[in-house]
Amino acid sequence: MSPRRIVIRNRSAEANLFARRTFIAFIGVVLVVLILFANIYNLQVESFEKYQTRSNSNRIKLLPVAPNRGLIYDRNGVLLADNKPVYSLEVIAEDVDDIKASIAQVSLLLNISADRQRKFFKSMKRKRRFKPVELHSRLSDQQVALFSVNQHKYPGIFVNARLKRYYPFADLTTHTLGYVARINRKDLNKLEQADQSENYAATYAIGRLGIERYYENMLHGTIGHQEVEVNNQGRVIRTLNYTPPIPGKDLTLTLDIELQMIAKRALSGKRGAVVAMDPRTGGILAMYSNPSYDGNLFVHGISTKNYKKLLESKDLPLINRSVQSGYPPASTVKPFLALTGLEENVITPSTTINDPGWYQLAGLPNKYRDWKPWGHGIVNLNKAIEQSCNIYFYDLAFKLGITKISNMMQRFGFGERTGLDIHGESKGIMPSIAWKRARYNEPWYTGETLSVGIGQSFWTVTPLQLTQALTTLVNHGERKIPHLLKANTELIIESNGNTYHQITPINYEPPAPLVLKQEKNWDLVLNAMHNTVQKFGATAYKPFKGTTYDVSGKTGSAQVARIKQDEKYDAKTTSENKRDNAMFIAFAPFDNPEIVIAVAIENVAKGGGATNAAPVARQIMDQYFGDRVITSQASTMTYQIPAAIAMLPQEAD
Amino acid sequence: MRRNRQEQQKNHSIAQRLHIDIPLLLGILSLLALGLFLVYSAGGQETAVVYRKARSIGVALVGMFVVAQIPPLVYRKWAVPVFVLGLLLLISVLIFGHVGKGAQRWLDLGFIKFQPSEIMKLIVPIMIAWFVSQENLPVKISTVILAFILVLLPTLLIAKQPDLGTSLLIASSGIFVIFLAGASWRLIVVCLGLASAFAPILWFFLMKEYQKQRVLTFLNPEKDPLGSGYHIIQSKIAIGSGGIDGKGWLQGTQSQLEFLPERHTDFIFSVFSEEFGLIGVAALLGVYLFVVMRGLWIAVNAQHAFTKLLAGSLTLTFFVYVFVNIGMVSGLLPVVGVPLPLVSYGGTSMVTLMVGFGILMAISTHRRIHV
Repeated sequence: MSPRRIVIRNRSAEANLFARRTFIAFIGVVLVVLILFANIYNLQVESFEKYQTRSNSNRIKLLPVAPNRGLIYDRNGVLLADNKPVYSLEVIAEDVDDIKASIAQVSLLLNISADRQRKFFKSMKRKRRFKPVELHSRLSDQQVALFSVNQHKYPGIFVNARLKRYYPFADLTTHTLGYVARINRKDLNKLEQADQSENYAATYAIGRLGIERYYENMLHGTIGHQEVEVNNQGRVIRTLNYTPPIPGKDLTLTLDIELQMIAKRALSGKRGAVVAMDPRTGGILAMYSNPSYDGNLFVHGISTKNYKKLLESKDLPLINRSVQSGYPPASTVKPFLALTGLEENVITPSTTINDPGWYQLAGLPNKYRDWKPWGHGIVNLNKAIEQSCNIYFYDLAFKLGITKISNMMQRFGFGERTGLDIHGESKGIMPSIAWKRARYNEPWYTGETLSVGIGQSFWTVTPLQLTQALTTLVNHGERKIPHLLKANTELIIESNGNTYHQITPINYEPPAPLVLKQEKNWDLVLNAMHNTVQKFGATAYKPFKGTTYDVSGKTGSAQVARIKQDEKYDAKTTSENKRDNAMFIAFAPFDNPEIVIAVAIENVAKGGGATNAAPVARQIMDQYFGDRVITSQASTMTYQIPAAIAMLPQEAD
Repeated sequence: MRRNRQEQQKNHSIAQRLHIDIPLLLGILSLLALGLFLVYSAGGQETAVVYRKARSIGVALVGMFVVAQIPPLVYRKWAVPVFVLGLLLLISVLIFGHVGKGAQRWLDLGFIKFQPSEIMKLIVPIMIAWFVSQENLPVKISTVILAFILVLLPTLLIAKQPDLGTSLLIASSGIFVIFLAGASWRLIVVCLGLASAFAPILWFFLMKEYQKQRVLTFLNPEKDPLGSGYHIIQSKIAIGSGGIDGKGWLQGTQSQLEFLPERHTDFIFSVFSEEFGLIGVAALLGVYLFVVMRGLWIAVNAQHAFTKLLAGSLTLTFFVYVFVNIGMVSGLLPVVGVPLPLVSYGGTSMVTLMVGFGILMAISTHRRIHV
């Protein structure tokens, strides 16, 4: 920069210029400050609420807390469905000093497989370091004990307990209680529709079947919330607020687990079902379907192999035969048909027919056979029921016609769901002219009416329907809704924090009663059923010989395979799944009945209802009545039977 | 006149003799103190962070004090060689530089690592002030064009590192000198026109992908709220949720729970706004305005064109820090790495700023003594 130029400066002009420019710059500075301030004002005052909300939603998270599921008890307070702690071993990575070494040591101690360890390290990488990661699920009691002793050596590794459903009676209660299983996508959709998804945010399992499903709303309870402050990584800094969950209601069932055990024992080795009910209330005392399966398998998620085994078993263990299987009722419905005949004035107690062993419609070649080849001879109503005379009921059915039969049977609930508090009940089939037209687009044939007369043809019933119809019969038309839930128990939390249990018995509104034109007809039929068990030589005499309580009943033996004209049925030569079904219905005591029972046993090897099904009912009743001695005040011989026809077949049905 | 001066000299206070400008010092100290409190709150309430900040404040204060003792006209003598040295250092950074956070800014001399671009923040205004004060003001067009080239050289070298924030500050420090030197308004208008014409070239040829991304994010941060828009959204939430009176010191949830990124450095203003609200913001802007006013007062009262221009430029550049930082954290400007001056954690830029204030104080206190 040399030689240096000589500059003659006009200092005051320069100073003025500079002052002007500085002033302009300062004005600019002030303007910019105002703009900055206006913008901050806009954020902090105008949009304050918006940003406050966003700030809170950043930091405040609601952690759902699952309610404890209600427990289920039998009528005597025996626990049927429990919540049992299941222990898992969990690790919080950031609390462990040397994660590799610690995991290796713990795995050696508890014998944790290399595969599980690999899985652990894999999921650890995906989770934040302060979140627990599972190393082993479902620890055995031994593993829990072993780890607890050594816990102090492994900071950051701990045993966590979660409640899981447990059914102590396993397969004994599965068909009635059902089970809970992990909530799946379908459940989620349903919960979404019912506006319940929020309530289930922390819930792991949902009732999938039986009582667990039907009373899901009562059992589940209400979700609680932990309001926590979290940081940017989701780490919980502190709890701001806690709303405890409200546990689900405990349920007390009408079921008696002891009767249930007897039922299982009585049905062992057989395919079939039994339903026992209190006719005074409609409460189910026992309901067991054999074979059954263990619902606990489904709680932890059943393995594909096990599920396939259940699904493919030819004994169909997954089916609840008590309510899902439609069996031909066979002769068990004869009392109901007799009642229809009396009510329609087609027969009287003294109407007789002659039974030569077969029945033939005028002008038709088909012969409808009695179970007794040579026939029962002269038969009146009482004998027809006692001896289960087919010919009498062919004739009765023919005289009534299908429409009158069908109408009356529908009033007993056949062909309709009973309204039991379990989903998936079958309606069975009560055939009628309209039904056949709709189902097969065919006219009704008179021959089919005859078959209906002995509880065959298209007619199918569930054991539960039989129990309900019998209840109506023993109650002289007073109908009951079969049910399993007796009462629920709710934990009430008062505003002052006190808690108490409130027990609410469940009332079931009975359906309209079945009113007969002639009230005495009830007793005519009931007496005949009484005789069927009590009279020496009657079809159900043998199985109840020696009881201290007063039983009445009716046997039945249903043809499963169609037998050709003049062909003889022989169980030995018939393939197993085409053999006859054995049926039995009973009630006791005769006066003021306390228990009604229906039994169905599939494809019996030998004999019919009396030899196969009635003993099941007897074992249950023996248990129910114990040592109580109850005999009827009424005569067992209301109607005189002609001595000539009081012949006693050995294997009667 | 002479008598008057002597009288004044007699009245020289201790501060004057120590070459300290008391009002400026008060403004600076209050900002530094606020910085200490905020760094404690934003740095996870760790005292270690506060100690480090206090240490660099100490170093910076000493630096300021030492520089204040140097008569300002000394810089005029050294302007050219230092400027040339600075340019050489910038070039060597691009060649041998130390890479950090995806940019080459540091030069490692073995015993010390430093950013030549920081020093250029002081060298460039000195150089330009010297250059334009060679002749009578207002500046001629030819001088302005030459001055522009002198500004552009370091600006482009730094932008290449890339460090957009610093190159912006350096460019403005030079431009402020030219503006204060009385560049004609017509020229200013033409330059603004050229600048806007240059913008597309900048976008398509010079800006790196991440820089473009910043601009796009600035235009619509909600487009990617968890990605590139996260910083600015969380910052606005922090500021907005502070309301009028704030959440209180150490009570800002956005900062304490770490939703806010870069809390103790570039985004410390958000922490401040969240915890102290609009009232605090008004006070802070007031302090900044006061410092700027004092700086400009010193500039106007400086004796020489060189010192006037240098003081004015340093002061206005200081304000550019304030504007760019607050503008970017509150969503007015795209995010470029400019700290909140004197308050943000970070030693290097603070030392540079304090040395700048040392120069200002020298200009303020040496004017009557060395003429």
